[in-house]
Amino acid sequence: MTIDPGAVLPPRPPGAGAFARLAATLVQPILGRVVRRVAARHASLFARLGPHQGTDFVIDPVEFPFALHLRPDPKALLFRAVPRDALPVAGATIRGRFLMFLELLDYEEDGDAAFFSRDLEITGDTEAVVRLRNALDDVDGSIAEEAAAMFGPPGRAILGHLRRKYSDDAMPGGER
Amino acid sequence: MSLAELICPAGTPAALRTAVDAGADAVYCGFQDATNARNFPGLNFTPEELEAAVAYAHARGTKVLLALNTYPPAGKVDLWRHAADTGARIGVDAFIVADMGVADYIARTHPGVRLHLSVQAAASSPEAIRYYVENFGVKRVVLPRILTIPEIRKIRQDIPCEIETFIFGNHGLMVEGRCSLTNYLTGQSTNMDGVCSPASDVEYIRDEATGEMSSCLNGFTIDRFGPEEKAGYPTICKGRYTAPHRPEGYYAFEEPVSLNLSRLLPELIDAGVHAFKIEGRQRSKAYVRSVVSSFRRAVDDIRAGRTANIEDLVALTEGQKQTQGAFETKKWR
Amino acid sequence: MAVTDMEKLTLGPIAYHWSRDERRDFYARVADEAPVDEVYLGEVICSKRAPFHEADLPATIDRLERAGKTVIVSSLAEVMLARERKATADLAGMDSPEIELNNAAGLFAREKRPHRVGPFLNAYNEATIAWMAGQGATHVTLPVELPREAVNVAAKAARNLGLGVELQVFGRAPLAVSARCYHARAHGRTKDNCQFVCENDPDGMPLSTRDGDPILRVNGIQTQSESYVDLLPEIEEIGAMGVSHLRLMPQAVDMVEVAWAFRDVLDGACSAEEADSRLRAMCGSAGLSNGFYFGTAGYRRIEGAAPAL
Repeated sequence: MTIDPGAVLPPRPPGAGAFARLAATLVQPILGRVVRRVAARHASLFARLGPHQGTDFVIDPVEFPFALHLRPDPKALLFRAVPRDALPVAGATIRGRFLMFLELLDYEEDGDAAFFSRDLEITGDTEAVVRLRNALDDVDGSIAEEAAAMFGPPGRAILGHLRRKYSDDAMPGGER
Repeated sequence: MSLAELICPAGTPAALRTAVDAGADAVYCGFQDATNARNFPGLNFTPEELEAAVAYAHARGTKVLLALNTYPPAGKVDLWRHAADTGARIGVDAFIVADMGVADYIARTHPGVRLHLSVQAAASSPEAIRYYVENFGVKRVVLPRILTIPEIRKIRQDIPCEIETFIFGNHGLMVEGRCSLTNYLTGQSTNMDGVCSPASDVEYIRDEATGEMSSCLNGFTIDRFGPEEKAGYPTICKGRYTAPHRPEGYYAFEEPVSLNLSRLLPELIDAGVHAFKIEGRQRSKAYVRSVVSSFRRAVDDIRAGRTANIEDLVALTEGQKQTQGAFETKKWR
Repeated sequence: MAVTDMEKLTLGPIAYHWSRDERRDFYARVADEAPVDEVYLGEVICSKRAPFHEADLPATIDRLERAGKTVIVSSLAEVMLARERKATADLAGMDSPEIELNNAAGLFAREKRPHRVGPFLNAYNEATIAWMAGQGATHVTLPVELPREAVNVAAKAARNLGLGVELQVFGRAPLAVSARCYHARAHGRTKDNCQFVCENDPDGMPLSTRDGDPILRVNGIQTQSESYVDLLPEIEEIGAMGVSHLRLMPQAVDMVEVAWAFRDVLDGACSAEEADSRLRAMCGSAGLSNGFYFGTAGYRRIEGAAPAL
């Protein structure tokens, strides 16, 4: 995988069909655990979401075989992997490279800067996205780190690998 | 030499702690309502959060300034008064105000708390500044981003209060506190509601065929970007429009640039500026950490007589272009 | 009704760079034909323009006063440069005619002597108006973006303090001012080197979105609304709230006829609907808006009577 930070996002990523459905099914239990843990430890972020606790967010990491569907309702949390041919009607969609999302959660990258440089694309309800961003940004430390830690040393190793890969791949672009 | 305090933005409690840890001398923040000019969704502090934040900052020697810098519409003045009362009870170090009625209330009710004059008051002459100093006991003025350094030096000599200037961040084009552009297109007022191009009215529309992206405000296309072009938020004063002799569309007011005065810091300190303000309460912790720590090093270097080595902050700036704006030359006007 | 009978029509200061001859002709006609009670003169937007018409000011004041109009001279909205500071201080030193201040530098120079508070001084609420009254203000013009609920509270508070209260009811809304000249910028020039290119646009330079929607007008350092504010259908309610003065901003239309449309309604000589359709015809292609007053986007036009407050 090569990452060119300056490049345009591909117009229509793959992510339909049998493979996408299988991948989505495999990852689902992990997503469920991660989101419940984050919600339990950072209950205050729901207040910042305000009226958008019930909004359906589609987070679309373009290099993944599937997209993610988040509904941050504290009473009925939903975070699931969905094939791109079976996406729900989204209140807001956020598209970008997964490793960019990781950096945002790590608070290595600034969301506005990513947006200005066109590395991040937002469609739908902009206020919903702004609220989600502000809610997550009020969490101390790294959500990515926290999620990885739930899976012990293997989890941390995978996260470390992803981060190294990203920084290696990004190097030739030289813009960071 | 002036103290050259660094005044840093905090949109959330986590951002406030980040700014304090990165070396802010003071942070500024606001409540979750129309009493401040960054009344954005999901941003700002509840009274309980502010109380904890003040404790965190004070324990580390950092001041907390509370922005009450909007203009209450008639009939709603109490919201601003209650915010001031709450801030005073919590023990903020200063109020940043713009409205004369709000300033008068605080000067009479909380005479022990410092008053700073917000950029939203648009005081750009020694006489205007002295009006607020003499009538409300204002201790510091935040200057509009429209003056050159020689003009700032001259003002400094003519006023009996401290000067704070913006050094980094969003570069507002209009005289602050005198702009109703957002209200004209959206029905939400910058002065009365504390919003500027509210996210609730913003929509990005991507043309799948061409890869072009339009940034729209309440249905009006503020700008349109080619597939590889750096984008900007649909702020009306940074949009591209056509005029009769400019049918191709042009940035009628300003390009989407950010203010970055890092190279002018020594001159600003020499001109007698007391405090440097970093814009961006709506930005992330990543932004706060990166910008605050960079400027902390730069200011410390200058004050120690070393040459400041400012690393490139371009990637954090809007549209990834930067300007020294009016500060460098009056040709900007 | 009694309150409406007291309402006065005023003509605001010319926001644009009309030529000396155009101004002279305009005010001669206003003196002879326009049914307005009070006229504001003076350059509010750009200090570079002032020398073009300053010399005519005494004669214009005299002409208007002889025609029975009250004359008020307005100060600059933005005061930064030496010449702007001096102009403001000089104006604040005048004993007559009345003056309207648009910048805190003017308040400083005026000390506590009587003055009017102009639309650029941000008198948004009763607390600020009370403060200003204590500092010598005799009259206040409310910000154009103030919604009717707030106009109601502010006007009553001001009247209780004995102040005159004014609201713009016609003309492009002032939306913003800047240190930068956008007329000069549009022509690749700077403010210092503008060659007064703004004089070519007597009703402002139109800006449209790239979809072709006209939205704004550039007037030197000022940005205005594309639409003309038109509160003619609302003036009875506005009067009942306690607003004593209705401001018409000079546009490049027949301002005498505009003034008559408002006057006829104030005098009960014709209905608001009839006068408003006359106004529409006079304004040609310019859109008419009342969104600010109804607390919605300023460019909008809310039709029909709103429920009483």
